[in-house]
Amino acid sequence: MALHASQLNIGDTHSEVVASNLTRTQIVQYAGASGDYMPLHTDEVYAREVAGYPTVFAHGMLSMGATGMMLTNWVGDGRLTEYSARFTRQVWPGDDLTATATVTAIDSIEGQHFVQLDVVTVNQHGQEVINGKATARIDP
Amino acid sequence: MAEYRFPVDASQIMLFARAVGDKNPIYHDAEYAKNTEVGGIIAPPTFVQAAAQYDPNFPLRPRIGEPWFGSGREPTGVKPKEKAAADGKKEGAIGQSARVLHAEQKFLYHRPIRPGDVLTVTTKPGKRWEKEGKRGGSLKFSEAISEFRNQDGELVVTAIMVGVETGQTVTQN
Repeated sequence: MALHASQLNIGDTHSEVVASNLTRTQIVQYAGASGDYMPLHTDEVYAREVAGYPTVFAHGMLSMGATGMMLTNWVGDGRLTEYSARFTRQVWPGDDLTATATVTAIDSIEGQHFVQLDVVTVNQHGQEVINGKATARIDP
Repeated sequence: MAEYRFPVDASQIMLFARAVGDKNPIYHDAEYAKNTEVGGIIAPPTFVQAAAQYDPNFPLRPRIGEPWFGSGREPTGVKPKEKAAADGKKEGAIGQSARVLHAEQKFLYHRPIRPGDVLTVTTKPGKRWEKEGKRGGSLKFSEAISEFRNQDGELVVTAIMVGVETGQTVTQN
């Protein structure tokens, strides 16, 4: 299931739909799993009336976690060595998220091969919500 | 430098994977995981976020017997800074945290996290910088760098969180 340096090319991509019609319940589920109960994510009344947002929005880390699923499905379990994300736009209930990784480099360091990836996740309007990078160990 | 312990169990890994929508059996099925390269259940890439459950100082978790800033019968708790000032009150730490958004996150993976690991988490501040935002007023960025070490003292994950404190509600649409 691991990727092979000999079979990868710069510019290769892998995409997955990582959320469909994201629900408020999943946002609450993430709050419970992560321990981050920030009312901006979990409390519609607070988000609208106190904070002035149109509704609750997802934790950035929920989107990063969902995007990480695309990465591990592609590079294999336990293979990531680095993963970073900037949260460039909020994710709202009802959003559909598609995550894409693009190969930017294939390296060999002391006999161990690595792939470097650009990571972008967009919503149903094509707007970027996550922009990141990842590195994974790969096979020869 | 803050330090606390984060015991990792299989249930929490399963619940975390469910919450991000990941049904990969490596996160819940020990029989399946036994025959994989990693040889057992491991945690998903962003799992160390769940350390917040054990962080004694984490401000975004309700505490038994203490006021919470979410809504009950009505929106209560922390007021926006202006309202707090009008009431002659300081905004307080929770009010500030309500305006701090997560801007960026980076993980460095050194070893897989497995059920039964007892991680020691140490967090120290990193860089700080400021810039003018297009829509959010003046933006103050700050890093928090957390190291997660296992029961054998081995570094497992390094997590770098970048928070941004906005002067106002951030609107993007």
